[in-house]
Amino acid sequence: MLENFSFRTIVEYLPLFGQGLITTVWLSALSFVGALVVGIVLCAMNLQRGWLFRAPAKAYIDAVRATPLLAQLYFLYFGLPRLGFVLPELVVGILALSLNSGAYIAEIIRAGILSIPRGQVEASAASGLTYVQRMRLVILPQAFKVTIPPLLGQAIVLVKDSALLSLISVAELTRAGQLLASDRFMPAEGFLTIAAFYLLLYYCLKGLAVLSSRWLGSAGARA
Amino acid sequence: MIWQQFLSLAGSYPLALRGLGMTVVLSLISLVLGTALGFSLGILRTGGNRLLSSLIGAWVDLIRGTPFLVQIFLIFFILPEFGIELDAFTAGIIALTNLAACFICEIVAAGIRSVPTGQVEAALASGLSRWQRMRQVVLPQAMRIVLPPLVGQYVLLIKDSSVVSAIGLTDLTRVGWLVVQRVPNGLLVFFLVGVGYFIVCYPLIMLARRLERRMGAAHGEVQL
Repeated sequence: MLENFSFRTIVEYLPLFGQGLITTVWLSALSFVGALVVGIVLCAMNLQRGWLFRAPAKAYIDAVRATPLLAQLYFLYFGLPRLGFVLPELVVGILALSLNSGAYIAEIIRAGILSIPRGQVEASAASGLTYVQRMRLVILPQAFKVTIPPLLGQAIVLVKDSALLSLISVAELTRAGQLLASDRFMPAEGFLTIAAFYLLLYYCLKGLAVLSSRWLGSAGARA
Repeated sequence: MIWQQFLSLAGSYPLALRGLGMTVVLSLISLVLGTALGFSLGILRTGGNRLLSSLIGAWVDLIRGTPFLVQIFLIFFILPEFGIELDAFTAGIIALTNLAACFICEIVAAGIRSVPTGQVEAALASGLSRWQRMRQVVLPQAMRIVLPPLVGQYVLLIKDSSVVSAIGLTDLTRVGWLVVQRVPNGLLVFFLVGVGYFIVCYPLIMLARRLERRMGAAHGEVQL
């Protein structure tokens, strides 16, 4: 049993956990921004008529969705030096998370754009709006509303996925737990503490998702 | 140079096959167990018992809120402190089954809630028992909503099984990691590992898409 569960050790290691938590937060945020960029580009390619742009985007999205993030992470970690790019682990990790989440975000944005009824597009075309105007004034504002909740869901997934970066020795939250577990042979203290920190992040993002859906719901009602 | 690497890789193909086998076996066992457990939990979650329902909800939230890697470490390193000795394989099965059950529970609960109450009331009025109502009226209609995300969940399960390599199980990802220590060509090795996963996962992704289209057409809206 856990009768010698040591809160004192946890407190002693608290600065390490704090650093890990901060690293996890900012590297996830950075990866999410990267993923948004990747996702928007992929989605724009995927919505083109010609296969020249569509085929590679589709192939990329399928390849990412059908393989595990850990394998993708190792692919970059062991593969990039071979191509002459020797990058720090942290950069490789952020790159892997961005490229992985980007594929999912592309699908989320696409679903948002396709959820706009055809009539809207036709009506705006009939009003004489150009393609850019149609996108900017009619389709994107409506698609934005639909995509926010699943985007926040993807952000939750991304934060949890960032735990895998500990396996290529990035000093984030899970790594802090592993250090405590191996230095002091206290796996319970290490892993339960980081689980609590991850739950904290999870509930923050979940609260944000609830708030946003309430806000967007009322905005939708007003419109 | 590259030819030697190919030869060396060809030499490790029994290892790769074993790794793929391990990935498939792990996923299959936890898929079956997780589906059974997930459906039971989902039915209990929407059942009348408030306390049970919120307990399940809280557990699902705990599992959804923490990384799978941390869950594996917790099971593998902490259960022994309670006197339960586990080998890596059992720990992996427990962790994957629990994860699958939690996500499937929510999918099933959403499906059951989507069935109009009139259906349940009509079944009640026809004198069907609780079990009959569930099996003959509610679940068949819920399956339309449940099936596409359920298949999608199986894909996630197979991919998540790669994380058990962190506790030393020799699955496909671990094999890649082992091989890359000998053959220093990460691009080639993990490309091949990716192909292995792709062969298993892609048919399921296609199936999920097809189900989604068909069920969507039959039902109006389905979210995956």
